[in-house]
Amino acid sequence: MNLVFYLLAALTVAGGLAAMLLKNTVHCALALTVAFAGLALLYLDLDAQFAGFAQLLIYVGAVAILVVFAILLTKGSETPKDGVFSRTWLAGLAVAAAVFAVLAWSILQSVSRLTQAAKAPAVTVQQIGVALISRYVLPLEIVAVLLTVALIGAVIVAMHEKEGGAQ
Amino acid sequence: MIETSDQIFVLLLHWLVSFLPAPWQPVASAVLCAAAIVCLFPALFALAVWLERKGLGRMQNRLGPNRVGPFGLLQPIADGIKSLTKEDIVPLSADAAVHFLAPVVLVVTVFMGFAVLPMGRNMVLVDLDAGLLFYFAMGASTELAVFMAGWSSRNKYSLLGAMRAVAQMISYEVVLLLSSVVVVMITGSLSLTRIVEAQNHYTWGLPHWYIFTPWGLAGFVMYAIAATAETNRSPFDLPEGESELVAGYHTEYSGFKFALFFLGEYVAMFSISGLGTTLFLGGWSAPFSFLTWVPSWIWFFSKLMLSIFVFIWLRGTLPRLRQDQLMNFAWKFVLPMCLLNLLVTGLWRFLGDGWLRWVVCSAILLLAYVGIALGEQRKKHIGPRSYRYAE
Repeated sequence: MNLVFYLLAALTVAGGLAAMLLKNTVHCALALTVAFAGLALLYLDLDAQFAGFAQLLIYVGAVAILVVFAILLTKGSETPKDGVFSRTWLAGLAVAAAVFAVLAWSILQSVSRLTQAAKAPAVTVQQIGVALISRYVLPLEIVAVLLTVALIGAVIVAMHEKEGGAQ
Repeated sequence: MIETSDQIFVLLLHWLVSFLPAPWQPVASAVLCAAAIVCLFPALFALAVWLERKGLGRMQNRLGPNRVGPFGLLQPIADGIKSLTKEDIVPLSADAAVHFLAPVVLVVTVFMGFAVLPMGRNMVLVDLDAGLLFYFAMGASTELAVFMAGWSSRNKYSLLGAMRAVAQMISYEVVLLLSSVVVVMITGSLSLTRIVEAQNHYTWGLPHWYIFTPWGLAGFVMYAIAATAETNRSPFDLPEGESELVAGYHTEYSGFKFALFFLGEYVAMFSISGLGTTLFLGGWSAPFSFLTWVPSWIWFFSKLMLSIFVFIWLRGTLPRLRQDQLMNFAWKFVLPMCLLNLLVTGLWRFLGDGWLRWVVCSAILLLAYVGIALGEQRKKHIGPRSYRYAE
């Protein structure tokens, strides 16, 4: 629990709060990108190089751009007239509190099981690669099929829109 | 003597850092290296700007700048003074915070890429185990800065330019990564220093650079295409084409912010050429085994400047591609060739040493290239030109 951790945690939480509290939707998307980057830096602080750089590459490089494109191509970039907070905020608060309680309980359980002298394992990219091909090959193949389905689905949706417009 | 000149910068760094107490030495060493990079590459940027204007001028049968110093060599200094003293106009309806941050984010992420490039023997700022992945992560963050610039200007031309630029960069990012994966497959490591060391061997005086193998040549060509598209250089410069979109996503930027965009584009060119040199052209290793007495950093920077010259040459020679032609090219031609290259690299690895693997791999790649190209050509029905209104 060193100073770097507290700074990065503050950055991530600030990004998340800004993503919720800002009025302009594109500003919210950019604040969410800061939260993603903060998470990546937290992974790097724990010496998980592959996870940190993959987080940057995927979340900041692809997901953030996807979010921003979605906001731009729909009408979401204008500030809504009725305000940004929903009417069912009490139910939302209860659900969020329940999720937070479950996560906190599971994290505290795992922390109490770790001894103080346990050091973080040094995992190289090669070990991750070997594990993916030998022990976790089934999840790898399922994820590949999922990605292919998503790609083909996107192409089909775009194609049908063009045919519908031509008619 | 040869050893000293090869390691002269490393020795200089150690000597400078030895004046400080021991706990501060790693931090001071990192700061000095980063400062050296931040000073060197803008100087190379000035040289590249001069080279581009003179080179393009000569290719277009004109002189280029020749007034501001012998052969126009002080022209970049004049440009720098102009950009520092120009008024910084921010549109009234522009989003001030994002408008200010966009060039900053661009320049920061572009300079971060240099941290993992090995510029000479033992001359890498950080020797990361996943160095290549770090480089691509920084490249992906560049796209966000381009989008921020285009959106915050509240200008339709800027937004169109930014959307086109981001779509182009995402498409060619896939090609860039896939064409680099073949190098990782053969080397067995994501670390850039290990990739260069794997290419630093010589057979009969010729080096083992990956470009001299069939899959390496195909990979290098596709990497070069993707690098030209990633940095929005001609023939892929529709997002910033002067005759198309005013100036694309940096229309509303003037003065020093525009200079930062310009700097960011050229430094991204250096960075991606440096990575291409490391992956395919052997990084800091010499071309022939009898030339290894020349310092390693001289080879790296020569290859870098050669790549820049090729970029300038491409700009002066090829016409600009239209946006849909550009995207078709990426997804329908280059990406299938990349996937085929992955297969061919696997074959190379498992066919064993000898002449067979050369013949098989070259044959597969050539047949695929000619086949796909001829197939696309036949589909287009290009006949004699017909004029709609002139007859």
